[in-house]
Amino acid sequence: MKDLSGPKATRYSQPLGDKLWRNFVIGLPYLWLFLFFLVPFGIVFKISLADPIVAQPPFTALFDFGANTKNWLHATFDNYLFLTEDNLYWISYFNSIKIAGISTLLCLLLGYPMAYGIARSTPTVRNVLLMLVILPFWTSFLLRVYAWMGLLGKNGVVNGLLAYTGLIDAPLELLYTNGAVYLGIVYTYIPFMILPLYATLEKMDLDLQDAAADLGAKPWQVFVDTTLPLSMPGIIAGSMLVFIPALGEFVIPALLGGIDSLMIGRTLYDEFFVNRDWPLASAVATVLLFILVIPIMLFQRSQQEKK
Amino acid sequence: MNRSSRFIFSALCFGFAFLYLPILMLILLSFNDSSIATVWGGFSLRWYSALLNNEQIINAALLSLKIAAVSATFATILGTMAGLALTQMGRYRGRLIFTGLIAAPLVMPEVITGLSLLLLFVSLQELIGWPLSRGASTITIAHITFSMAYVAVIVQSRLASMDQSMEEAAMDLGGRPMQVAFDITLPLIAPSMLSGWLLAFTLSLDDLVIASFTSGAGASTLPMVIFSKIKLGVTPDINALATLIIGTVSIGIIIASWIMFRQSKRNEVG
Repeated sequence: MKDLSGPKATRYSQPLGDKLWRNFVIGLPYLWLFLFFLVPFGIVFKISLADPIVAQPPFTALFDFGANTKNWLHATFDNYLFLTEDNLYWISYFNSIKIAGISTLLCLLLGYPMAYGIARSTPTVRNVLLMLVILPFWTSFLLRVYAWMGLLGKNGVVNGLLAYTGLIDAPLELLYTNGAVYLGIVYTYIPFMILPLYATLEKMDLDLQDAAADLGAKPWQVFVDTTLPLSMPGIIAGSMLVFIPALGEFVIPALLGGIDSLMIGRTLYDEFFVNRDWPLASAVATVLLFILVIPIMLFQRSQQEKK
Repeated sequence: MNRSSRFIFSALCFGFAFLYLPILMLILLSFNDSSIATVWGGFSLRWYSALLNNEQIINAALLSLKIAAVSATFATILGTMAGLALTQMGRYRGRLIFTGLIAAPLVMPEVITGLSLLLLFVSLQELIGWPLSRGASTITIAHITFSMAYVAVIVQSRLASMDQSMEEAAMDLGGRPMQVAFDITLPLIAPSMLSGWLLAFTLSLDDLVIASFTSGAGASTLPMVIFSKIKLGVTPDINALATLIIGTVSIGIIIASWIMFRQSKRNEVG
């Protein structure tokens, strides 16, 4: 019976049809992702080494095998050099990491007790609460960000309420600030934090906590010494699911942020659509990808451990 | 209630109020006759009728629905195959890279995915003359690419938690892998394929950044039109549009999860 646990495909000598089917099922999605996900990164890197020119497409070719060219390879690191020279990019990268990091922490601080509460409620309540967490995830991201524009604007609901209660005389600047960006990120990404946290907290064996409490540990000690370390995989998965997309976020800083809320996603977007400097935008993307390598690998590892 | 459970309870109340009050406010404002948020001008449906007469929005919505339906269908096919390839196919060369290729689109910032796909399309056009122009077809390819990863993850987690004795029995009785997949595996994972399709559909319907990069001059999807309108500030007809979209989706999700809840109850009993 031992060979049942082995890879299924080797259990039988494979007729041709089975082999074709197997190659088809693996090969087609593999090929698709290779062509439309992996190859494009290579192209981004290639174009980041080009010079911008006024042409269609607006960059120089990397290889030039024409008869009257001295160098067949045309590569330049000027775009990367430019990134280090102009303060705009340093500020954008730094701001993105700061905003994404603080937002992730805020998501964790609000999401953890929520996930804990959901995991410890009765099955029926739990299902309803879970659905309430997932529901916003299905509704439009763009429109949920937009909802805050109506709340925070000069003539918005928050300012209206504050003025009505007499707390302020003149409307506060709430929209188009860094604070609004934090709010927007926490608001739209918190389901990504709650769900993996819930998954680890729900599976957790409560015997350890009970034992610790029986042995006289205070509730916060039980939490710090048992619950928190045991929920680490969920914390890492949730944090990465918030941090990575937030780092490259474009919509939220574009709609809720001010002119000084520079984030790298917005800088890249403007470099591409406004300045039309494709090579520089590609260099910005390449550097962003390098910054993301470590968090993405952390996320991958936490997913692998789950299995 | 002791102190810690009171803390958990208030965190839940605060959290859900935070999640839902802005949406409720938006819905309320869409029925406000006055165009200023802080002035209640009485109940009115005038922003809804303005919406229905806005041809630009209607056309963009139809285009978005078309792209979403096509891309969700292809994403479900490819994503299901990827899910099978990750769980049912044993070992093969490049499996680790494949796992990475499935997980990476889930977290990749949209600006990077969008930019890289656009540059791919431009390079392909130079090399082989395809795609001739960018528009609905290139947006669809882009949407298939990132949403198939979501479908793959949903299908994969269902397959991993599933009892495989039925497939093993069918194989032992001489069923060929393809036959077993169509007769046994696919019917068993059909519900997760449906949730995958729905998720791919909503993701496509909602995408702004990737569509902006991969679209050409002609094609504007609904999020692109909405974005260009709200960049300049709040407009009441977008409130109405938001209410329609959020309302439709919410009702759909509530019905779907109610059906699934009842089914799982029945399975437990039966």
